[in-house]
Amino acid sequence: MGVEICVEGLTKSFGHQVIWQDVSLTLPAGEVSVMLGPSGTGKSVFLKTLVGLLKPDRGCVKVAGRDITRLREHDLYEVRKLFGVLFQDGALFGSMNLYDNIAFPLREHTRKSESQIRRIVLEKMDMVGLIGSEGKLPGEISGGMRKRAGLARALVLDPEIILFDEPDSGLDPVRVAYLNQLIVDLNAQIDATFLIVTHDIASARQVPDNIGLLFRRELVMFGPREQLLTSDEPVVRQFLNGRMQGPIGMAEEKDAAQVEQELARLGDMDRKARHVGNDMTPRLLPSPGITRPPRWEAIARRESELHRKEAADA
Amino acid sequence: MRLSPTGALRHSGNLFAMALDVVRTIPRRPFQAREFIQQAWFVASVTILPTALVSIPFGAVIALQIGSLTRQLGAQSFSGAASVLAVLREASPIVTALLIAGAGGTAICADLGARKIREEIDAMQVLGIDPIHRLVVPRVLASMVVAVLLNGLVSVVGVAGGYFFNVVLQNGTPGAYLASFTTLAQLSDLWAAEVKALVFGAIAAIVASYKGLTAQGGPKGVGDAVNQSVVITFMLLFVTNFVMTAVYFQVVPQRG
Repeated sequence: MGVEICVEGLTKSFGHQVIWQDVSLTLPAGEVSVMLGPSGTGKSVFLKTLVGLLKPDRGCVKVAGRDITRLREHDLYEVRKLFGVLFQDGALFGSMNLYDNIAFPLREHTRKSESQIRRIVLEKMDMVGLIGSEGKLPGEISGGMRKRAGLARALVLDPEIILFDEPDSGLDPVRVAYLNQLIVDLNAQIDATFLIVTHDIASARQVPDNIGLLFRRELVMFGPREQLLTSDEPVVRQFLNGRMQGPIGMAEEKDAAQVEQELARLGDMDRKARHVGNDMTPRLLPSPGITRPPRWEAIARRESELHRKEAADA
Repeated sequence: MRLSPTGALRHSGNLFAMALDVVRTIPRRPFQAREFIQQAWFVASVTILPTALVSIPFGAVIALQIGSLTRQLGAQSFSGAASVLAVLREASPIVTALLIAGAGGTAICADLGARKIREEIDAMQVLGIDPIHRLVVPRVLASMVVAVLLNGLVSVVGVAGGYFFNVVLQNGTPGAYLASFTTLAQLSDLWAAEVKALVFGAIAAIVASYKGLTAQGGPKGVGDAVNQSVVITFMLLFVTNFVMTAVYFQVVPQRG
């Protein structure tokens, strides 16, 4: 069973530059959450703060009831064993081949025999489609493969919480689709708590239970997927639709008058679009072969009802 | 890098804190024997040849200087004694230190720095592994051991080089050179030199590891870190050398 992460009043700054302030949210146990935000809004910093790699200025991060920001070094290393983290570039150890990379956490933390380790490592490599590349060095493979290997390494210790730092950046659309399916399948199988940091809207629409949006040094909104996809908040609508009209500008933010003007022009178009009902993207469900836990059964039922209703409306 | 008045103080503090962390972590089990052996082998392999090649001319220069000086003073019989003393007491720990810092330290710093900017260190911490225990302690111990062994090598090669230049090139008498070996130098000089080498090895590895683990700003950051680690190590080494020499003269009674 996954573990709940509770973030309260988190603030982080580097020098005088505030990255984000007063971020409060709860990642419910066993659910998939996505943290969205334009580039440079400190999404990765947020992720690193969650695992205690960076210390926040204020606020607390409670994992399984323990405040990560106040733990002693030794206890922190213990709590971190609950986490599996997929870093942006995979963060594989350059001096080891893929097999040793994935076996590394097992060799360091468990007393399993080499044959047991071999079984687990090959199982995880199969899961991410890397069978046959055991002997390759991280420098010899493509970015997508590094990412998948990083995911396999994050999974070997059966973590309760899995954090993904931009799993879809630098991957082709087909691989992104496979990766999203893999994330959903994993969630159905191991029941861990997932947090995906990304700026890929398509994934954010299909995959999660909850969505959060970081912008302008604060958490604009965090809530169930339906709530954000149908939200009228200009920032949320702009980001989820990936368009230029709205408060988010190329450099940072635009002035208020310009935003008003753009939104007014958009208004009519928007209402028409809403009427057609393309706000709700169908949700990605676990692959057919996977036994669904009750939570996913409920989600699947709700989805099919929703679409039956939509079909009837049309 | 931004300059601030407290920056230097903060870095010194962090460096010292890491040194304490290393000392505190040394007894923690399991000891990373594999990493230690690999690192010791690695540091030895990058330092042995340059050290030997540097110590021959170093011994020669000392022999030449002392040879002409003793001839002017009419004290040729002491040229062996003086050259052994100079090589053993000062030249060998310093040469060792320069080579350990210049060849071993830079390699350690570049290695850890590259891992840092590729997020490997972060990944390791997230996997619940303390990089100080897993990476830094084996490197510090390896560099200390290799420094002690190298010091022995430098002493032997330096003295042999001195002998060659004094006896073969300056027509000194082999008997007088060998006989005067122990008139000034004593066994405690060798021990003191070994202790110095041990401390220098530790300093070089700790500074290199600190700079590597705090590297930031991409590949250029690693280059900067290596550069700074060499400069800082050299400064620390020479100050430490002065202090240790001063203490040694107070503690150990001298001959002659």
